[in-house]
Amino acid sequence: MALLAVEELTRRFGGIVAVDDVSLDVGEGEIVGLIGPNGAGKTTVFNLITRLYRPDNGEIVFDRRSLLRTPAHGIVRRGIARTFQNVELFGSMTVLEHVLIGRHARRGRRAREILGYVGLAALAHRSARELSFGAQKRVELARALASGPRLLLLDEPAGGLNHEEVGELGALIRRMRQDFELTILLVEHHMQLVMGVADRVHVLDFGRRIASGTPGEVQNDAAVIEAYLGTNA
Amino acid sequence: MRRALGMSLWVAMVSAGLAVFLFLPHFVSDFHSRDLAQAGAFFIAIIGLDLLTGYTGQISLGHGALMAIGGYTTAALIVHEHWRDVWTIPLAGIAAGIVGFVVGLPALRLSGLYLALATFALAVAMPSLIKKFSGLTGGSQGLQFLESSPSQVTGLSGKVTVLGHTMTQNHFLYYLTWSIGIVGLGVAWLVVRGRGGRTFRSVRDSEIAAVSSGVNLAWTKTFAFALSGVYAGVAGALYAIQNEIVNPLSFTVSISILLLVGAVVGGLGSLSGLVLGALFVEYLPTLSTNVSTREGVPDFIYGAAIIVVMILLPTGAGGLLRRLARPLTTWLYTRP
Ligand SMILES: Nc1ncnc2c1ncn2[C@@H]1O[C@H](COP(=O)(O)OP(=O)(O)O)[C@@H](O)[C@H]1O
Ligand SMILES: [Mg+2]
Repeated sequence: MALLAVEELTRRFGGIVAVDDVSLDVGEGEIVGLIGPNGAGKTTVFNLITRLYRPDNGEIVFDRRSLLRTPAHGIVRRGIARTFQNVELFGSMTVLEHVLIGRHARRGRRAREILGYVGLAALAHRSARELSFGAQKRVELARALASGPRLLLLDEPAGGLNHEEVGELGALIRRMRQDFELTILLVEHHMQLVMGVADRVHVLDFGRRIASGTPGEVQNDAAVIEAYLGTNA
Repeated sequence: MRRALGMSLWVAMVSAGLAVFLFLPHFVSDFHSRDLAQAGAFFIAIIGLDLLTGYTGQISLGHGALMAIGGYTTAALIVHEHWRDVWTIPLAGIAAGIVGFVVGLPALRLSGLYLALATFALAVAMPSLIKKFSGLTGGSQGLQFLESSPSQVTGLSGKVTVLGHTMTQNHFLYYLTWSIGIVGLGVAWLVVRGRGGRTFRSVRDSEIAAVSSGVNLAWTKTFAFALSGVYAGVAGALYAIQNEIVNPLSFTVSISILLLVGAVVGGLGSLSGLVLGALFVEYLPTLSTNVSTREGVPDFIYGAAIIVVMILLPTGAGGLLRRLARPLTTWLYTRP
């Protein structure tokens, strides 16, 4: 039984079907990539899982229970934490305060320990607003980890990072799974990163799931190549 | 060692504040104590408004209406039920807290300017509402305390005895109001100090991130409205007791605006400068008339002063205090 199972999920915005009858699953302890061209519906899937959006159709099951009866603010208490594609920080708060808020609903490890883990210990008392984009992404990660999640949803964590930082991020993601006993669903544009860390990959295009499998399988899938070449051309 | 030093600085500051509170009436005229008492009522309302607007980011331009609920609760209990004035204060707070909660529910669907306008509409409508329920509120005449109820703690004799101390009525009102104000400040501090303050500010800073961190937006926002209402209600009760009368003109739209000015001048989102915000609201009108009483001049000075203060202190007095104290606080609280 998968830890997270998305079943026939659909969400429309006006005339656009952002997520179209998508089913996918994430097993306990897995790192699963969710990839696809811009506008494919990846972030919308995250927003549906975290209940920021209501689905038009479909079911989301986490740990054997539906998520659709859990309000958005109850998601973190169920053990799901996330980061955002365009960082969502608390402008008036220090780095430490972000981690403390992460621990409100559900207690993960101690704030200091988490700050040290993601390399923010020296910036604990700095206002998160003043930090570089890369550091802000780590603040989001620290806030998410602080709630002691079972499932971590990362929305383009490599966005805005340079080549070297992307390499470190890949290592960090693998280490986090070990050290925090996490299951990770990873939305990423950076192919190399996903192919390097993911056990399995689901591919979306125009709201539909067009392929699933190991990174190797997916990379050679005709539909996937078509989707990526189609948008790049 | 540094912790201890920080602690003692803190204790010294609080003691100094308390000393000013205790002895101030003895350095000003009796009459002046009454102005200070009124500033105290503004102080309490401004704390409540800061919790709402400064911390959770919900702008209210209708706090005068919540003060009116408190003031009229007190007046009705004194005049109709012959309660002693001071005992009506908790009830006034509860009544305005409930109204604040009710106002907070539709406010969930509004934000920013829309919320400001909706609460402003409430403040505009309040006088007519008051006149409509004239059986309870005395209509346009209002409610006068003295005639209807001679047995008040304050009133008539001009002297009040509390715990063996006899003092003038104005001194009594000063001590009553500011004692409640200090307790109110303490309660606000406890609310915003740790987890509560982070929850409030998270709602203001990013609703999406707050929800995703487990913050119940609806509950947090309506709770802040209710809590803010309690402060406004207590302030309204004290304001009524000080003036010994309430009528539809006691709580005008301009009070609502002034309270927001006071909160901004004092520093939205911090508690340390709010006293200055209250004093600003209380004394600026008098100071402007002192400059000149020519037609229109006081109003002009008044408006200009508000603009100048906002330009000079974009983060209010609280922000200025924080900036001045920053070298000290960083030294005290960062590890070497
Ligand atoms: N809140 C919204 N309102 C309207 N359209 C939306 C909204 N969120 C997403 N969309 C649309 O849904 C589609 C999928 O978007 P998104 O999930 O952000 O894609 P991705 O994250 O894969 O780049 C896009 O066409 C986008 O414009
Ligand atoms: Mg996206």
